[in-house]
Amino acid sequence: MRITCPICGERDRREFTYRGAALGAPALEAGIEAWHAQVHLRLNPAGSLAELWHHEMGCGAWVQVTRNTATHEMLGSVLAEDADLAMPAPETEVEP
Amino acid sequence: MRFSGWRVLKEGLTGNKGWGPHWRDPEPKRDYDVVIIGGGGHGLATAYYLAKEHGLRNIAVLEKGYLGGGNVGRNTTIVRANYYLPGNSEFYSHSLKLWEGLEQDLNYNAMMSQRGILNLFHNDGQRDATIRRANAIVNQGDDAEILYRDELKKLVPFLNYDNNRFPIMGALLQRRAGTARHDAVAWGYARAADQFGVDLIKNCEVTGIDVEGGRVVGVQTARGPIRARKVALAAAGRSGQVAAMAGLTLPVESHVLQAFVSEGLKPVLDHVVTFAEGHLYISQSDKGGLVFGSYLDFYSSYAARGNLPMAEHTMETIAAMVPALTKARLLRSWGGIMDMTPDGSPIIDHTPVEGLYLNAGWCYGGFKATPASGHCFAHLIATDRPHEAAARFRLDRFRSGYGLMDEEGTGAQHNLH
Repeated sequence: MRITCPICGERDRREFTYRGAALGAPALEAGIEAWHAQVHLRLNPAGSLAELWHHEMGCGAWVQVTRNTATHEMLGSVLAEDADLAMPAPETEVEP
Repeated sequence: MRFSGWRVLKEGLTGNKGWGPHWRDPEPKRDYDVVIIGGGGHGLATAYYLAKEHGLRNIAVLEKGYLGGGNVGRNTTIVRANYYLPGNSEFYSHSLKLWEGLEQDLNYNAMMSQRGILNLFHNDGQRDATIRRANAIVNQGDDAEILYRDELKKLVPFLNYDNNRFPIMGALLQRRAGTARHDAVAWGYARAADQFGVDLIKNCEVTGIDVEGGRVVGVQTARGPIRARKVALAAAGRSGQVAAMAGLTLPVESHVLQAFVSEGLKPVLDHVVTFAEGHLYISQSDKGGLVFGSYLDFYSSYAARGNLPMAEHTMETIAAMVPALTKARLLRSWGGIMDMTPDGSPIIDHTPVEGLYLNAGWCYGGFKATPASGHCFAHLIATDRPHEAAARFRLDRFRSGYGLMDEEGTGAQHNLH
Protein backbone atom coordinates (compact mmCIF):
# COMPACT_ATOMS: atom_id res chain seq x y z
CA MET A 1 0.00 0.00 0.00
CA ARG A 2 1.41 3.38 -1.02
CA ILE A 3 -0.01 6.65 0.21
CA THR A 4 0.18 10.00 -1.52
CA CYS A 5 1.31 12.87 0.67
CA PRO A 6 0.24 16.19 -0.94
CA ILE A 7 3.65 17.62 -0.07
CA CYS A 8 6.02 14.68 -0.72
CA GLY A 9 4.17 12.64 -3.34
CA GLU A 10 3.53 8.87 -3.31
CA ARG A 11 5.38 7.19 -0.44
CA ASP A 12 5.58 3.79 1.26
CA ARG A 13 2.91 3.03 3.86
CA ARG A 14 5.70 2.55 6.41
CA GLU A 15 6.26 6.30 6.54
CA PHE A 16 2.75 6.92 7.84
CA THR A 17 0.90 6.21 11.06
CA TYR A 18 -2.86 5.80 11.15
CA ARG A 19 -5.29 7.88 13.14
CA GLY A 20 -8.64 6.51 11.90
CA ALA A 21 -11.76 8.01 10.36
CA ALA A 22 -11.37 11.73 9.59
CA LEU A 23 -13.95 13.23 11.91
CA GLY A 24 -14.49 16.82 12.94
CA ALA A 25 -14.72 17.75 16.60
CA PRO A 26 -18.08 18.79 18.04
CA ALA A 27 -18.31 22.05 19.97
CA LEU A 28 -16.85 21.71 23.48
CA GLU A 29 -20.30 22.27 25.00
CA ALA A 30 -22.01 19.89 22.53
CA GLY A 31 -22.70 17.33 25.24
CA ILE A 32 -21.99 13.68 25.90
CA GLU A 33 -23.85 12.17 22.94
CA ALA A 34 -21.92 14.22 20.38
CA TRP A 35 -18.60 13.50 22.05
CA HIS A 36 -19.40 9.82 22.55
CA ALA A 37 -20.08 9.62 18.81
CA GLN A 38 -16.83 11.43 17.99
CA VAL A 39 -14.62 9.29 20.19
CA HIS A 40 -16.27 5.87 19.88
CA LEU A 41 -18.94 5.38 17.21
CA ARG A 42 -17.90 4.59 13.66
CA LEU A 43 -19.85 4.17 10.42
CA ASN A 44 -17.04 1.72 9.55
CA PRO A 45 -17.86 1.49 5.84
CA ALA A 46 -16.76 -1.37 3.59
CA GLY A 47 -15.85 0.97 0.75
CA SER A 48 -14.79 4.58 0.51
CA LEU A 49 -13.53 6.01 3.82
CA ALA A 50 -11.99 9.40 4.56
CA GLU A 51 -9.28 8.85 7.14
CA LEU A 52 -6.34 10.63 8.73
CA TRP A 53 -2.75 9.48 8.27
CA HIS A 54 0.25 11.19 9.83
CA HIS A 55 3.30 11.40 7.58
CA GLU A 56 5.36 10.84 10.68
CA MET A 57 8.52 9.47 9.04
CA GLY A 58 8.35 12.09 6.28
CA CYS A 59 7.35 15.73 6.32
CA GLY A 60 5.16 15.45 9.43
CA ALA A 61 1.96 16.55 7.67
CA TRP A 62 -1.46 15.23 8.63
CA VAL A 63 -3.11 13.93 5.46
CA GLN A 64 -6.75 13.11 4.82
CA VAL A 65 -6.66 10.05 2.60
CA THR A 66 -9.74 8.65 0.88
CA ARG A 67 -9.30 4.91 0.52
CA ASN A 68 -11.49 1.96 -0.37
CA THR A 69 -11.38 -0.27 2.73
CA ALA A 70 -12.60 -3.29 0.74
CA THR A 71 -9.78 -3.16 -1.84
CA HIS A 72 -7.11 -0.81 -0.34
CA GLU A 73 -7.42 1.35 -3.50
CA MET A 74 -6.32 4.95 -2.92
CA LEU A 75 -8.98 7.40 -4.06
CA GLY A 76 -7.41 10.74 -3.17
CA SER A 77 -5.54 12.71 -0.54
CA VAL A 78 -5.46 16.30 0.69
CA LEU A 79 -3.76 17.99 3.60
CA ALA A 80 -5.94 17.63 6.68
CA GLU A 81 -5.86 21.39 7.19
CA ASP A 82 -7.54 21.79 3.78
CA ALA A 83 -10.07 18.96 4.34
CA ASP A 84 -13.72 19.33 5.11
CA LEU A 85 -13.99 16.89 8.02
CA ALA A 86 -17.13 14.78 8.38
CA MET A 87 -19.26 15.06 11.49
CA PRO A 88 -19.42 12.00 13.75
CA ALA A 89 -22.13 9.41 13.27
CA PRO A 90 -25.28 9.41 15.38
CA GLU A 91 -25.57 6.41 17.68
CA THR A 92 -29.05 5.28 16.71
CA GLU A 93 -32.21 6.48 15.06
CA VAL A 94 -34.28 4.43 17.50
CA GLU A 95 -35.51 5.79 20.81
CA PRO A 96 -34.05 3.65 23.63
CA MET B 1 -25.58 -40.49 13.52
CA ARG B 2 -23.27 -40.70 16.54
CA PHE B 3 -19.55 -40.78 15.98
CA SER B 4 -17.49 -43.34 17.91
CA GLY B 5 -14.39 -45.46 17.57
CA TRP B 6 -16.64 -48.44 16.88
CA ARG B 7 -18.38 -46.55 14.08
CA VAL B 8 -15.06 -45.62 12.43
CA LEU B 9 -13.99 -49.27 12.58
CA LYS B 10 -17.29 -50.53 11.16
CA GLU B 11 -17.32 -47.99 8.33
CA GLY B 12 -13.69 -48.74 7.56
CA LEU B 13 -14.49 -52.41 7.13
CA THR B 14 -17.60 -51.82 5.03
CA GLY B 15 -16.29 -49.35 2.46
CA ASN B 16 -17.24 -46.14 4.28
CA LYS B 17 -20.68 -46.22 2.70
CA GLY B 18 -22.61 -45.30 5.86
CA TRP B 19 -21.47 -41.68 6.28
CA GLY B 20 -23.99 -39.01 5.44
CA PRO B 21 -24.00 -35.20 5.41
CA HIS B 22 -23.35 -33.76 8.87
CA TRP B 23 -26.31 -31.40 8.68
CA ARG B 24 -29.41 -30.72 6.57
CA ASP B 25 -29.66 -27.99 3.94
CA PRO B 26 -33.18 -26.70 4.69
CA GLU B 27 -35.25 -24.07 2.91
CA PRO B 28 -35.89 -21.09 5.20
CA LYS B 29 -39.29 -21.07 6.90
CA ARG B 30 -41.35 -17.86 7.00
CA ASP B 31 -41.26 -17.51 10.77
CA TYR B 32 -38.80 -18.25 13.59
CA ASP B 33 -38.60 -17.57 17.32
CA VAL B 34 -34.93 -16.59 16.97
CA VAL B 35 -32.98 -15.65 13.86
CA ILE B 36 -29.19 -15.51 14.25
CA ILE B 37 -27.34 -13.47 11.63
CA GLY B 38 -23.93 -15.02 11.02
CA GLY B 39 -23.09 -18.72 10.57
CA GLY B 40 -19.62 -18.60 12.04
CA GLY B 41 -18.36 -20.07 15.30
CA HIS B 42 -20.21 -17.68 17.58
CA GLY B 43 -23.52 -17.81 15.68
CA LEU B 44 -23.51 -21.61 15.45
CA ALA B 45 -22.53 -21.97 19.11
CA THR B 46 -25.33 -19.57 20.08
CA ALA B 47 -27.86 -21.67 18.16
CA TYR B 48 -26.58 -24.86 19.78
CA TYR B 49 -26.80 -23.53 23.36
CA LEU B 50 -30.22 -21.91 22.72
CA ALA B 51 -31.46 -25.38 21.80
CA LYS B 52 -29.54 -27.39 24.37
CA GLU B 53 -29.69 -25.14 27.44
CA HIS B 54 -32.91 -23.23 26.86
CA GLY B 55 -35.10 -25.71 25.00
CA LEU B 56 -35.74 -23.49 21.98
CA ARG B 57 -36.15 -25.31 18.69
CA ASN B 58 -37.58 -22.83 16.19
CA ILE B 59 -34.23 -21.20 15.38
CA ALA B 60 -32.52 -20.24 12.14
CA VAL B 61 -28.90 -19.31 11.51
CA LEU B 62 -28.56 -17.16 8.38
CA GLU B 63 -25.17 -17.14 6.67
CA LYS B 64 -24.37 -15.13 3.55
CA GLY B 65 -21.64 -17.51 2.41
CA TYR B 66 -20.90 -21.01 3.68
CA LEU B 67 -20.89 -22.12 7.30
CA GLY B 68 -17.65 -21.37 9.10
CA GLY B 69 -16.24 -19.39 6.18
CA GLY B 70 -15.34 -16.28 8.17
CA ASN B 71 -13.02 -15.70 11.10
CA VAL B 72 -13.60 -19.12 12.67
CA GLY B 73 -11.63 -20.52 9.73
CA ARG B 74 -9.11 -17.66 9.56
CA ASN B 75 -7.45 -17.59 12.99
CA THR B 76 -4.41 -19.14 14.65
CA THR B 77 -6.53 -21.64 16.64
CA ILE B 78 -5.26 -20.69 20.10
CA VAL B 79 -7.37 -21.45 23.17
CA ARG B 80 -6.43 -19.90 26.54
CA ALA B 81 -7.77 -18.27 29.70
CA ASN B 82 -4.91 -16.00 30.76
CA TYR B 83 -6.63 -12.63 30.97
CA TYR B 84 -6.10 -10.18 33.78
CA LEU B 85 -9.05 -7.83 34.16
CA PRO B 86 -12.36 -8.68 35.86
CA GLY B 87 -14.88 -9.16 33.08
CA ASN B 88 -12.49 -10.79 30.66
CA SER B 89 -11.00 -13.04 33.33
CA GLU B 90 -14.19 -14.84 34.34
CA PHE B 91 -15.46 -14.97 30.78
CA TYR B 92 -12.40 -16.70 29.29
CA SER B 93 -12.23 -18.95 32.33
CA HIS B 94 -15.80 -20.01 31.56
CA SER B 95 -14.83 -20.51 27.93
CA LEU B 96 -11.84 -22.73 28.68
CA LYS B 97 -14.02 -24.98 30.88
CA LEU B 98 -16.48 -25.32 28.00
CA TRP B 99 -13.60 -26.09 25.62
CA GLU B 100 -12.48 -28.91 27.89
CA GLY B 101 -15.82 -30.70 27.58
CA LEU B 102 -16.60 -29.60 24.05
CA GLU B 103 -15.78 -32.71 22.05
CA GLN B 104 -17.80 -35.01 24.30
CA ASP B 105 -20.63 -32.49 24.42
CA LEU B 106 -20.79 -32.13 20.62
CA ASN B 107 -19.76 -35.72 19.83
CA TYR B 108 -17.25 -34.23 17.40
CA ASN B 109 -13.48 -34.41 17.18
CA ALA B 110 -12.31 -30.80 17.39
CA MET B 111 -8.70 -31.94 17.93
CA MET B 112 -8.58 -30.01 21.17
CA SER B 113 -4.95 -30.10 22.24
CA GLN B 114 -4.07 -28.76 25.69
CA ARG B 115 -0.40 -28.40 24.85
CA GLY B 116 0.10 -25.35 27.05
CA ILE B 117 0.90 -21.74 26.25
CA LEU B 118 4.16 -19.98 27.16
CA ASN B 119 4.04 -16.18 27.34
CA LEU B 120 7.69 -15.13 27.38
CA PHE B 121 8.94 -12.09 29.27
CA HIS B 122 12.15 -10.20 28.57
CA ASN B 123 12.76 -7.61 31.27
CA ASP B 124 12.02 -6.77 34.90
CA GLY B 125 8.89 -4.78 34.12
CA GLN B 126 7.38 -7.53 32.03
CA ARG B 127 8.30 -10.08 34.69
CA ASP B 128 6.47 -8.12 37.37
CA ALA B 129 3.42 -7.60 35.17
CA THR B 130 3.41 -11.28 34.24
CA ILE B 131 3.55 -12.39 37.89
CA ARG B 132 0.70 -10.04 38.68
CA ARG B 133 -1.32 -11.51 35.84
CA ALA B 134 -0.48 -15.04 36.92
CA ASN B 135 -1.79 -14.25 40.39
CA ALA B 136 -5.02 -12.90 38.91
CA ILE B 137 -5.42 -16.05 36.82
CA VAL B 138 -4.87 -18.28 39.86
CA ASN B 139 -7.35 -16.20 41.88
CA GLN B 140 -9.85 -16.72 39.08
CA GLY B 141 -9.40 -20.48 39.58
CA ASP B 142 -7.33 -21.25 36.50
CA ASP B 143 -3.77 -22.50 36.25
CA ALA B 144 -0.71 -20.32 35.84
CA GLU B 145 2.94 -21.02 36.56
CA ILE B 146 5.95 -18.74 36.35
CA LEU B 147 9.02 -20.40 34.86
CA TYR B 148 12.46 -18.83 34.88
CA ARG B 149 15.23 -19.46 32.40
CA ASP B 150 16.56 -22.75 33.72
CA GLU B 151 13.14 -24.40 33.95
CA LEU B 152 12.05 -22.89 30.65
CA LYS B 153 15.17 -24.15 28.87
CA LYS B 154 14.21 -27.73 29.74
CA LEU B 155 10.83 -27.27 28.02
CA VAL B 156 11.89 -25.18 25.00
CA PRO B 157 15.69 -25.35 24.61
CA PHE B 158 15.83 -23.88 21.10
CA LEU B 159 14.75 -20.30 21.90
CA ASN B 160 17.26 -17.48 21.54
CA TYR B 161 17.68 -16.87 25.28
CA ASP B 162 20.57 -14.47 24.88
CA ASN B 163 19.22 -12.23 22.16
CA ASN B 164 21.10 -8.96 22.71
CA ARG B 165 18.04 -6.74 22.67
CA PHE B 166 15.36 -9.11 23.95
CA PRO B 167 16.89 -11.76 26.23
CA ILE B 168 14.35 -14.26 27.53
CA MET B 169 14.00 -14.14 31.32
CA GLY B 170 11.16 -16.58 31.73
CA ALA B 171 7.56 -17.28 30.88
CA LEU B 172 4.03 -17.62 32.15
CA LEU B 173 2.89 -21.18 31.50
CA GLN B 174 -0.77 -22.13 31.38
CA ARG B 175 -0.85 -25.87 30.87
CA ARG B 176 -4.59 -26.11 30.15
CA ALA B 177 -4.31 -23.72 27.19
CA GLY B 178 -3.60 -25.00 23.71
CA THR B 179 -5.11 -25.22 20.26
CA ALA B 180 -8.19 -26.67 18.58
CA ARG B 181 -8.95 -27.48 14.95
CA HIS B 182 -10.87 -24.32 14.08
CA ASP B 183 -12.99 -25.59 11.17
CA ALA B 184 -14.02 -28.63 13.20
CA VAL B 185 -15.31 -26.33 15.94
CA ALA B 186 -17.68 -24.68 13.46
CA TRP B 187 -18.67 -28.03 11.97
CA GLY B 188 -19.20 -29.62 15.39
CA TYR B 189 -21.50 -26.82 16.54
CA ALA B 190 -23.32 -26.85 13.20
CA ARG B 191 -23.95 -30.58 13.34
CA ALA B 192 -25.02 -30.53 16.98
CA ALA B 193 -27.37 -27.57 16.43
CA ASP B 194 -28.84 -29.23 13.35
CA GLN B 195 -29.57 -32.35 15.39
CA PHE B 196 -31.73 -30.18 17.68
CA GLY B 197 -33.70 -29.02 14.62
CA VAL B 198 -31.97 -25.66 14.12
CA ASP B 199 -32.20 -24.56 10.47
CA LEU B 200 -28.72 -23.65 9.16
CA ILE B 201 -29.32 -21.60 6.02
CA LYS B 202 -26.37 -20.89 3.77
CA ASN B 203 -26.13 -18.43 0.86
CA CYS B 204 -28.72 -16.31 2.62
CA GLU B 205 -27.43 -12.77 3.00
CA VAL B 206 -29.51 -10.52 5.23
CA THR B 207 -30.36 -7.35 3.31
CA GLY B 208 -32.56 -5.62 5.87
CA ILE B 209 -33.72 -5.76 9.48
CA ASP B 210 -37.42 -4.96 9.97
CA VAL B 211 -38.13 -2.74 12.98
CA GLU B 212 -41.67 -1.63 13.88
CA GLY B 213 -42.30 0.72 16.78
CA GLY B 214 -38.81 0.22 18.18
CA ARG B 215 -39.14 -3.56 18.11
CA VAL B 216 -37.57 -6.02 15.69
CA VAL B 217 -40.10 -8.10 13.74
CA GLY B 218 -38.01 -9.88 11.14
CA VAL B 219 -35.35 -9.71 8.46
CA GLN B 220 -35.18 -9.33 4.68
CA THR B 221 -32.87 -11.84 3.04
CA ALA B 222 -31.60 -12.91 -0.35
CA ARG B 223 -34.02 -15.82 0.00
CA GLY B 224 -37.08 -13.79 0.96
CA PRO B 225 -38.45 -12.14 4.10
CA ILE B 226 -38.36 -14.03 7.41
CA ARG B 227 -40.32 -12.99 10.47
CA ALA B 228 -38.69 -13.38 13.87
CA ARG B 229 -39.52 -12.53 17.47
CA LYS B 230 -35.84 -12.10 18.28
CA VAL B 231 -32.88 -11.34 16.04
CA ALA B 232 -29.31 -11.91 17.19
CA LEU B 233 -26.29 -10.35 15.47
CA ALA B 234 -23.10 -12.43 15.35
CA ALA B 235 -21.47 -10.98 12.24
CA ALA B 236 -17.92 -10.33 13.56
CA GLY B 237 -16.04 -7.98 11.20
CA ARG B 238 -19.26 -7.16 9.34
CA SER B 239 -21.16 -6.20 12.50
CA GLY B 240 -21.18 -2.53 11.56
CA GLN B 241 -22.99 -3.11 8.27
CA VAL B 242 -25.52 -5.50 9.79
CA ALA B 243 -26.28 -3.21 12.75
CA ALA B 244 -26.70 -0.27 10.34
CA MET B 245 -29.69 -2.09 8.84
CA ALA B 246 -31.42 -1.58 12.19
CA GLY B 247 -30.34 2.07 12.38
CA LEU B 248 -27.51 1.42 14.85
CA THR B 249 -23.98 2.78 14.76
CA LEU B 250 -21.55 0.64 16.74
CA PRO B 251 -18.34 1.53 18.59
CA VAL B 252 -16.47 -0.76 16.19
CA GLU B 253 -13.78 -0.32 13.55
CA SER B 254 -12.96 -3.28 11.30
CA HIS B 255 -9.26 -3.95 10.93
CA VAL B 256 -7.18 -6.61 9.22
CA LEU B 257 -5.11 -9.11 11.19
CA GLN B 258 -2.76 -11.33 9.23
CA ALA B 259 -1.88 -14.94 9.92
CA PHE B 260 0.81 -17.11 8.37
CA VAL B 261 1.62 -20.78 7.86
CA SER B 262 5.02 -22.23 7.03
CA GLU B 263 5.74 -25.35 5.03
CA GLY B 264 5.27 -28.60 6.95
CA LEU B 265 8.12 -29.45 9.32
CA LYS B 266 8.98 -32.33 11.60
CA PRO B 267 7.75 -31.66 15.17
CA VAL B 268 9.75 -28.70 16.50
CA LEU B 269 7.36 -26.78 18.71
CA ASP B 270 5.35 -28.56 21.39
CA HIS B 271 3.61 -25.51 22.91
CA VAL B 272 1.99 -22.30 21.88
CA VAL B 273 4.72 -19.69 22.45
CA THR B 274 4.34 -15.92 22.50
CA PHE B 275 7.19 -13.43 22.22
CA ALA B 276 6.58 -10.19 24.09
CA GLU B 277 8.87 -7.80 22.23
CA GLY B 278 7.29 -6.97 18.92
CA HIS B 279 4.60 -9.54 19.63
CA LEU B 280 4.37 -13.00 18.11
CA TYR B 281 2.29 -16.09 18.78
CA ILE B 282 3.28 -19.36 17.19
CA SER B 283 2.33 -23.01 17.37
CA GLN B 284 2.76 -26.04 15.15
CA SER B 285 -0.26 -27.64 13.55
CA ASP B 286 -0.77 -31.40 13.41
CA LYS B 287 0.15 -31.24 9.72
CA GLY B 288 3.52 -29.78 10.72
CA GLY B 289 3.08 -26.20 9.54
CA LEU B 290 4.02 -23.39 11.89
CA VAL B 291 0.96 -21.22 12.43
CA PHE B 292 1.72 -17.69 13.60
CA GLY B 293 0.75 -14.06 13.67
CA SER B 294 1.46 -10.71 15.25
CA TYR B 295 -0.29 -7.33 15.47
CA LEU B 296 -3.04 -5.82 13.38
CA ASP B 297 -1.95 -3.94 10.27
CA PHE B 298 -3.42 -0.88 12.03
CA TYR B 299 -5.73 0.59 9.42
CA SER B 300 -9.41 -0.02 8.67
CA SER B 301 -9.87 -2.85 6.20
CA TYR B 302 -12.35 -5.37 4.88
CA ALA B 303 -9.95 -6.74 2.29
CA ALA B 304 -9.15 -9.98 4.21
CA ARG B 305 -5.50 -9.54 3.23
CA GLY B 306 -2.78 -7.41 4.69
CA ASN B 307 0.33 -5.54 3.65
CA LEU B 308 4.02 -6.34 3.64
CA PRO B 309 5.24 -4.21 6.61
CA MET B 310 3.42 -6.31 9.22
CA ALA B 311 4.37 -9.54 7.45
CA GLU B 312 8.03 -8.47 7.63
CA HIS B 313 7.68 -7.49 11.26
CA THR B 314 6.21 -10.92 12.08
CA MET B 315 9.08 -12.75 10.36
CA GLU B 316 11.62 -10.55 12.12
CA THR B 317 10.09 -11.45 15.46
CA ILE B 318 10.41 -15.16 14.68
CA ALA B 319 14.04 -14.56 13.72
CA ALA B 320 14.61 -12.89 17.09
CA MET B 321 12.94 -15.69 19.05
CA VAL B 322 14.05 -18.83 17.18
CA PRO B 323 16.79 -18.10 14.62
CA ALA B 324 16.66 -21.74 13.42
CA LEU B 325 13.15 -21.20 12.07
CA THR B 326 14.35 -18.59 9.57
CA LYS B 327 15.22 -21.57 7.37
CA ALA B 328 11.54 -22.55 7.16
CA ARG B 329 9.73 -21.22 4.11
CA LEU B 330 6.43 -19.41 4.27
CA LEU B 331 3.61 -21.35 2.65
CA ARG B 332 0.70 -18.91 2.75
CA SER B 333 -0.79 -15.96 4.55
CA TRP B 334 -4.24 -14.45 4.87
CA GLY B 335 -6.13 -11.76 6.71
CA GLY B 336 -9.16 -11.83 8.97
CA ILE B 337 -11.52 -8.90 9.50
CA MET B 338 -11.44 -7.96 13.18
CA ASP B 339 -14.30 -6.05 14.83
CA MET B 340 -12.20 -3.77 17.04
CA THR B 341 -13.78 -1.93 19.98
CA PRO B 342 -12.18 1.11 21.65
CA ASP B 343 -11.11 -0.83 24.76
CA GLY B 344 -10.23 -4.09 23.00
CA SER B 345 -12.92 -6.10 24.79
CA PRO B 346 -16.15 -7.54 23.37
CA ILE B 347 -19.86 -6.73 23.58
CA ILE B 348 -22.66 -9.21 24.42
CA ASP B 349 -25.71 -7.10 25.16
CA HIS B 350 -29.17 -5.84 24.30
CA THR B 351 -29.41 -3.03 21.76
CA PRO B 352 -31.73 0.01 21.85
CA VAL B 353 -34.00 -1.97 19.48
CA GLU B 354 -36.22 -4.33 21.47
CA GLY B 355 -35.67 -7.97 20.52
CA LEU B 356 -32.37 -7.21 18.77
CA TYR B 357 -29.27 -8.63 20.48
CA LEU B 358 -25.63 -7.85 19.79
CA ASN B 359 -22.58 -10.09 19.89
CA ALA B 360 -19.61 -8.16 18.48
CA GLY B 361 -16.30 -6.51 19.17
CA TRP B 362 -14.23 -9.69 19.52
CA CYS B 363 -11.15 -7.86 18.31
CA TYR B 364 -8.42 -10.46 17.70
CA GLY B 365 -9.67 -12.83 20.44
CA GLY B 366 -12.83 -14.34 19.03
CA PHE B 367 -11.77 -17.93 18.49
CA LYS B 368 -10.95 -18.89 22.08
CA ALA B 369 -14.19 -17.16 23.11
CA THR B 370 -16.38 -19.27 20.81
CA PRO B 371 -18.00 -21.64 23.35
CA ALA B 372 -18.59 -19.04 26.07
CA SER B 373 -19.70 -16.44 23.56
CA GLY B 374 -22.38 -18.78 22.27
CA HIS B 375 -23.26 -19.94 25.77
CA CYS B 376 -23.61 -16.43 27.24
CA PHE B 377 -25.29 -14.95 24.16
CA ALA B 378 -27.87 -17.76 24.19
CA HIS B 379 -28.52 -17.03 27.87
CA LEU B 380 -29.10 -13.36 27.11
CA ILE B 381 -31.41 -14.08 24.17
CA ALA B 382 -33.45 -16.70 26.00
CA THR B 383 -33.77 -15.02 29.41
CA ASP B 384 -33.20 -11.33 28.61
CA ARG B 385 -30.65 -11.27 31.44
CA PRO B 386 -26.88 -11.33 30.95
CA HIS B 387 -25.02 -14.49 31.90
CA GLU B 388 -22.86 -13.80 34.95
CA ALA B 389 -19.66 -14.62 33.03
CA ALA B 390 -20.44 -11.95 30.41
CA ALA B 391 -22.24 -9.37 32.55
CA ARG B 392 -19.55 -6.75 31.98
CA PHE B 393 -19.60 -6.94 28.17
CA ARG B 394 -21.98 -4.00 28.02
CA LEU B 395 -22.58 -1.82 24.99
CA ASP B 396 -23.04 1.32 27.10
CA ARG B 397 -19.62 1.17 28.78
CA PHE B 398 -18.08 3.41 26.12
CA ARG B 399 -20.71 6.12 26.53
CA SER B 400 -20.59 6.04 30.33
CA GLY B 401 -16.89 5.30 30.72
CA TYR B 402 -17.79 2.86 33.49
CA GLY B 403 -16.53 -0.73 33.30
CA LEU B 404 -14.09 -0.32 30.41
CA MET B 405 -11.85 -3.36 30.03
CA ASP B 406 -8.59 -2.07 28.57
CA GLU B 407 -6.48 -5.18 29.02
CA GLU B 408 -3.30 -3.59 27.64
CA GLY B 409 -3.66 -0.30 29.48
CA THR B 410 -3.23 1.70 26.28
CA GLY B 411 -6.42 3.76 26.54
CA ALA B 412 -10.01 3.19 25.46
CA GLN B 413 -9.81 4.73 21.99
CA HIS B 414 -9.91 3.25 18.52
CA ASN B 415 -6.66 2.22 16.92
CA LEU B 416 -4.80 1.68 20.20
CA HIS B 417 -5.35 -2.08 20.52
